[in-house]
Formats: sequence, structure tokens, C-alpha cells
Amino acid sequence: MALSNVLEAPAAGFNFENSSRNAALQAGLEGQTPRPMKTGTTIAGVVFKDGVVLGADTRATSSEVVADKMCSKIHYMAPNIYCCGAGTAADTEKTTDLVASNLTIFSLNSGRKPRVVMAVNILQDLLYRYRGQIGASLILGGVDCTGSHLYTVGPYGSVDKKPYLAMGSGNLAAMGIMEDGFRPDLELDQAKQLVRSAIQAGILNDLGSGHNIDLCVITDRGVDYIRPYQESQYKDHRTNKYRFRQGTTPVLTDTVVPLELEVVEEKVQQMETS
Amino acid sequence: MNSRGLRSQLKDSVPVAGFCPQSQFGVQDSLRGGFSSVKNELLPSHPLELSEKNFRLNQDKMNFSTLRNIQGLHAPLKLQMEYQAARQIQRLPFLQSSNLALDTLRGSDDTIGFEDILNDPAQSEMMGEPHMMVEYKMGML
Repeated sequence: MALSNVLEAPAAGFNFENSSRNAALQAGLEGQTPRPMKTGTTIAGVVFKDGVVLGADTRATSSEVVADKMCSKIHYMAPNIYCCGAGTAADTEKTTDLVASNLTIFSLNSGRKPRVVMAVNILQDLLYRYRGQIGASLILGGVDCTGSHLYTVGPYGSVDKKPYLAMGSGNLAAMGIMEDGFRPDLELDQAKQLVRSAIQAGILNDLGSGHNIDLCVITDRGVDYIRPYQESQYKDHRTNKYRFRQGTTPVLTDTVVPLELEVVEEKVQQMETS
Repeated sequence: MNSRGLRSQLKDSVPVAGFCPQSQFGVQDSLRGGFSSVKNELLPSHPLELSEKNFRLNQDKMNFSTLRNIQGLHAPLKLQMEYQAARQIQRLPFLQSSNLALDTLRGSDDTIGFEDILNDPAQSEMMGEPHMMVEYKMGML
């Protein structure tokens, strides 16, 4: 349409108008583009006798700087399903929110509790549709009517179902601990210890993971979200109080300039009170 | 009314000034649309641009062909007739329609995706000029 007044409404969803401009800017400013906040992370999960234990560290980095020391990486999806997210922080947050909304609508429509496979399938379709541009690696765990399940979904939509999993930049260290310590049908305390040790290994050996360890225990009786399960040993102890009392800084001079305002126009409008 | 098949509606190139109105005579409007280049007009600037533009059409194509294989030709024909009917329930051209009937037919009335959150056309900052758009639709212009 060459007519200037006939408008084609923009399509809903992602808008790619600025992508060529962004590519040109990135070529121009090689090192100085803003970096997204990533959760270079260690996340792990294990299936035990009565359910699933999920664990995560709490550090979010923005290239070399720690952007958030207490970020929460275990996201809610349904009352019986929780999801740990690694990758770009905003992507994991938004994607899990979206899937959680879809699961809630499903529960309200059908009156049933959602199953973990349902969340996995929705996620897989969503992530495959965007060909990995949404950088979210997730570990989903939950207990439903068919039992306890643990799945991992990669950024391109690959799915794996295993009794123990670790993802994120610290996954090599965590996986080593898991492989060594996993047994089928663990007890609750053993499972919590195993996940704690796995995340601890990730925190010690990976720069992208650190600070506290969060755990989430899901059983058919309910969810126990323990935040934090273990606090970081490097706590911030301020040695001094840095508040100064009023009057510490002496006032040297005081200048008052009154603003001259003049009435330019006066308009009275009656309010309709009928 | 569009009676062409789905395949011919697929877009294989993305017009640069899809949103920005072009100036008179179809010349690229540098003031509003920025500098133009032939490369920008032929190749998509983002790997997802084309696949997202055609996503719904491709889904529909896939679903209809599966339905045809399972239930026979009558099923997609009847469904497409209902889709055509639902697509005609629209408000005036410059206003956003809710497309509720179309959503119900597609089954997307109980799912939330990025197209419901991002870039909602009802919240767009530009609106076409009402009189011109209605006249264009009526064929008077």
C-alpha cells in the first residue's frame, strides 16, 4: 500500500524492526554493548523415594560482575511442579511464568492438577519455535498422579528424563558429585545432602555460581521451599556505622532567591455538579 | 475476501516499511523509515523474522493436512469454511478486533503466548486515519 494513510497494524508478538540497527551498532561498538544478566549457575535435581529435590545456587552475573547475590532460580510452575532455570535470567523468568500461566488456565478449565509432561511439552514447543534464541536451560521436577518426574529442557528444545540431573555452567562439578552419590530410592535427608554437595561443588569450582544454596523438596504431600538451605560463608560484616548525625557538616553560607511569579492568565471554569 | 489457498499467503520476504507508511508514489520515506538498502529489503535481518511471520500459517497448514490424512477431505474443508466466516467478524478497519470466534476455533483462547503479552496491537501508538481507511476498504479511494 503506497498510500500514506492506510496503516497495516503491527503483528502481535516479537518485533524485529530494530534488529538490523542492533547488528550495525554491535559491529560499531565492539566491546561496549550492554550485556544481559545471565545466571551462570549450578542447578541440580534428584528423584528420591517420595518425590523430587531441586537445588540451585543464588548468584546472577553480568559478564564479570555479580549482578545479584540473592537471586531466586527455583521458579514456581504449578503447586506440584517447580522449575530451576539457567541461562539468560530474563528468559528463564519469563518463559517459566508463561508456562505457569498456561498450566493454571488448564487446571481451571479441566479441574485437574497439571502433569509434569504437560509442562515439558509446552516448554519444548515454545523453545523450539524460537530456535534457541531464548536462552533458557531448565530442570523441571514435580510429583503428579503418575509419580515423581525430573526432566531437563535445553535452549533448543531438547528434552531428557533422568533420575538425577545438573545444568548450568557448574554442571560438570555437580554431575561428578551426583554420579558418585546417587542411589535409587534415597531417603529425604540423603537426597537433600546429595543435592547440597552437588551445588556446593559447583559453587566452589565455577566462577559463575556462588553464595547461598536454595532447595525445594516436592512430595505428594506438598512443597517445602527452603531458601536458603545453606548460607554463604562470606558474609558482609560492616565494622563501622556509617550514619552521621545531623550537623556534622557545618553550613558556611545560605542564599535564598525568591522566584518572581506573575499571574499571566486567570480562567474560571464552573464544575458541573448536577 | 481472500479465497486463495494457504500456500499463496506465505510470505517469503519481509517488506522494510511494513509499518512505517511510505511516502507518496511508493518512494522510500527516509524521514520516517530510515535509510533503505536493497539488502535490507531482500534478506531478513533476524533469523527468526520469516519463521515468526509465517508461523500461524504454517501451523494451520500442518494441522489441516494432518486432519485431511486422518479424517478425509471434508474435515479441513468444513473447518476452513468456519474460519472464513469467523475471519469476517471484524470491527471497523482502524480499530482492533478481538477475533474471539477465530481464537475459539483455533483453540488459542485458553493459551497464553508471547503474542498476547508483547506488542499488543490494541496498545499500539499509531492509528490509521479513520475516514481514509474506511474509504480504502470500501473501495472508494
